[in-house]
Amino acid sequence: MSEVKKFMYLNRRAPYGTIYAWESLEVVLIGAAFDQQVSLMFVDDGVYQLVKGSKPADIEMKNFTPTYRTLGDYGVRHMFVDKASLEARGLTQDDLIEVEWEDWETEEEVDNIVEVIDADKVVELLDESDVVFSF
Amino acid sequence: MSDLYTINKSPFEKNSLDSALKFSKAGTAVLLYEDAVYAAVKGTAVEEQIKAAMGDKKVYALGPDLAARGIAEDRVIDGVELVDYTGFVDLVEANDKVQAWV
Amino acid sequence: MAIEVNGKTFEVDEEGYLANINDWEPGVAEVMAKEDELELTDEHWDIIKFLREYYEEYQIAPAVRVLTKAVAKKLGKDKGNSKYLYGLFPYGPGKQACRYAGLPKPTGCV
Repeated sequence: MSEVKKFMYLNRRAPYGTIYAWESLEVVLIGAAFDQQVSLMFVDDGVYQLVKGSKPADIEMKNFTPTYRTLGDYGVRHMFVDKASLEARGLTQDDLIEVEWEDWETEEEVDNIVEVIDADKVVELLDESDVVFSF
Repeated sequence: MSDLYTINKSPFEKNSLDSALKFSKAGTAVLLYEDAVYAAVKGTAVEEQIKAAMGDKKVYALGPDLAARGIAEDRVIDGVELVDYTGFVDLVEANDKVQAWV
Repeated sequence: MAIEVNGKTFEVDEEGYLANINDWEPGVAEVMAKEDELELTDEHWDIIKFLREYYEEYQIAPAVRVLTKAVAKKLGKDKGNSKYLYGLFPYGPGKQACRYAGLPKPTGCV
């Protein structure tokens, strides 16, 4: 078996004004088939991707915010959010969607894998990732 | 001459809001749409900038773009007027020219 | 391209997936199954219904292994396994069942 690598998807763009967020999400969904350790990081305007209550029907876009909630089923174990980015935008963790995770073999469960972290921790996590995909 | 300034970029990603406000005169109508609607939300790092602008300018935000991004109307800064697409067109008609700060 | 269901016309893409998920009605699945010479049983309908609900909640068609796991969780392990699901949908539970359910082709499915 090949060595498991740590993949980090770094998301820095708001969801509905440009295509970056959706592209990143699609790559995560497709990449989930490869059995790697996948984490997502949301900084700067990327934190807006997790804001709940989106209703983009009137701007004629697909509502893909609910899709993040299935990422636990796609093998994503961690979704990190930069605290300072949230605060600069008047947001708190309560404004964000929750994402469940469950290990199907051990039945270990985590109610919410979305975690708000400090900048120091962001630096550490980026540093220890083998591959960082930037969107 | 009355002007309508439109801004569609997030104030946290580009300086379109800064520039538009810096180069606008009293009485200018400022319309925030697409990712610029994030500037219309209470409690952000740019709230004071918007409030200061409302001292002598009128600020509008496009409702459908707020709804798309999960921003409820009660989170919009007091004094910012919400418009729909028809309102957008009305603003274009009501002003002598439209300047887009892309 | 289009298919005829009970006198109504439904637009489909070049691979036979419904163009608009909101157009779907059970007759769509029946007509598609008939073309594949497959008779739909209650067991098929359980999976089709499950997929409709999954899409409603998450706005995507699940990849086949995610579908398998999610079915196991919701309907039990005797149904949430590849053998059972491929038995029902020989062209692949991801592709075939999603098509019958009016969903788009699952992301990552080639």
